[in-house]
Amino acid sequence: MIINILHLLILAVLFGFPAQSQENSGPLRIEITEGIIEPMPIAVTQFLAENAGAEAFASQLTDVIIRDLAGSGLFRNIDPSAYIGSISNFNAPVSFPDWKAINAQALITGAVNLTSDNQMVVKFRLFDVFGQENLIGLQFAASSQSWRRMSHKVADQVYARLTGEDPYFDSRVAYIAEEGPKSNRKKRLAVMDYDGANTRYLTGSEDIVLAPRFSPNAREIIYTSYETGVPQVFLMNVDTLSRRVLDSERNMTFAPRFSPDGRNVVMSLSNGAKSDIYSFDIATGQKLQLTDTAAIDTAPSYAPDGSQIVFESDRGGGQQIYVMSANGGSAQRISFGKGRYGTPVWSPRGDMIAFTNINNGRFHIGVMRTDGSDEKLLTGSFLDEGPTWSPNGRVIMFFRETQGSVGAPSLFSVDITGQFLKMVPTLTFGSDPAWSGLLE
Amino acid sequence: MTCIKIGMTLACVLALTACDDFRGNNSGMNGNGSGVDPSLTDVNNPMSVGYFNQTIGDRVLFQVDQSILTPTAISTLDGQVSWLLENTNFTTKIEGHADEQGTREYNLALGARRANVVRDYLVSKGIAPNRIDIVTYGKERPLAVCSIEECWSKNRRAVTLVATGLLD
Repeated sequence: MIINILHLLILAVLFGFPAQSQENSGPLRIEITEGIIEPMPIAVTQFLAENAGAEAFASQLTDVIIRDLAGSGLFRNIDPSAYIGSISNFNAPVSFPDWKAINAQALITGAVNLTSDNQMVVKFRLFDVFGQENLIGLQFAASSQSWRRMSHKVADQVYARLTGEDPYFDSRVAYIAEEGPKSNRKKRLAVMDYDGANTRYLTGSEDIVLAPRFSPNAREIIYTSYETGVPQVFLMNVDTLSRRVLDSERNMTFAPRFSPDGRNVVMSLSNGAKSDIYSFDIATGQKLQLTDTAAIDTAPSYAPDGSQIVFESDRGGGQQIYVMSANGGSAQRISFGKGRYGTPVWSPRGDMIAFTNINNGRFHIGVMRTDGSDEKLLTGSFLDEGPTWSPNGRVIMFFRETQGSVGAPSLFSVDITGQFLKMVPTLTFGSDPAWSGLLE
Repeated sequence: MTCIKIGMTLACVLALTACDDFRGNNSGMNGNGSGVDPSLTDVNNPMSVGYFNQTIGDRVLFQVDQSILTPTAISTLDGQVSWLLENTNFTTKIEGHADEQGTREYNLALGARRANVVRDYLVSKGIAPNRIDIVTYGKERPLAVCSIEECWSKNRRAVTLVATGLLD
């Protein structure tokens, strides 16, 4: 079953809560700094099923919310066996001392209701336990098919309220699903929820496909395919799967990315001798050459305001990262550390650039400011490659390939402090992840 | 079955029809009258693809992150030139490849550069440009799969595929 997840309507309604006594305290807030982060202990209580139909969903919803929040590395869910109090009525006043006693900084309660036409209502509240304050009361309504999205939306609300930052859980990832031996790898274009659920394959494995990227509204994907015999950038509609080659001429094109407004695609075009960066107007098909050197210019990525492009080039002798105007012209090198630098990606916040660094036979994912300062390597292995930013610019997903004849790639994520590295589950080997923006 | 799947051009010889159609290249090697001719697989026949692949040598190797032709490579390509000048009914497709020690996009560009260096050399020695098509595979089609130099050196290659028929 394919859930057309992009066309779901999720209604959110705010609701109040009877006032309870409040102690004066600062806002409950986890400060995300460069230092070591101690996860905030929280209690996500089992969501209550308000009718029989909702029972099948209540635990699953709760589990997804817990996995989202704990998986961010910023929160630690307190095991229910430590609970003193319990939540048996969503609307009953909360006994804060019970939750203070187990040092729960935040308390999340919820309830699920399923109507006969499979419409689901998910209600939840977020409490500041020590401030004795109801921070959020909200309900979502949608088809029960989208229960996972509703779970992510609840977790997003909690994350945003407690961090003061934009959330990222209700998002998708396009990637390349890989199967078979290293000498005969089969690749398919796939999309999934950010946490690995709801995988959907968009192509077969007849032709090599590489490096998909979402359009800003996640309705379209650009990727490289060998369908015509040479690598060429294709534009695909995610819903209908209709696709077309972007460049009407038979050039080798690769490494595409959308402009922030979704109107242009910037990518490499190779005539063999050299690879230059071009921008393509999707509507008109017009292309504009942005670089013109004898070098390899590739892996372009727009700044979120669309004014600049970061890319890699070996024009200086080795593979390094440069920034230029979105209209082309002179470029400024920004990478000066040890080794080679490639696959730069501009953060959605605009403040950082993620990259792949190759040094002494090891591959690293790292971040630097847009002027190249404050470089920090976050990972290292035989082969870490291809960073992509979470919608809020807090987390980077990439792929890690193991070495040797049975080597294979898997998806990983790491936060930009480098402290929370974890594997992202996929049904097959996975590579070339591309995170969407937050879904509408 | 395709030649790419097997990863050895010798296998293409044994299944030439499949090879002609490799990667669904509509405009490429779907040659006229390119049915499997037994003589094409006979390595003792100097006009055969087998002879080209094995005796002339269908590939040249490159140093790490380089696309400069080595003296050995030039010697091989000189042999390819002589053969192609004699066997004018053959067209070529040059595949450029890279080892796994590079990022995906860069390796695509590097493979293109390697294929192009071979094309330029063949053209400079008198092979008509319209007999040559190029494609890069970057690190997508390793021939050897271990993660040491012994394998990587085999993967940093440009392979000249020959087939009867015309390119567009």
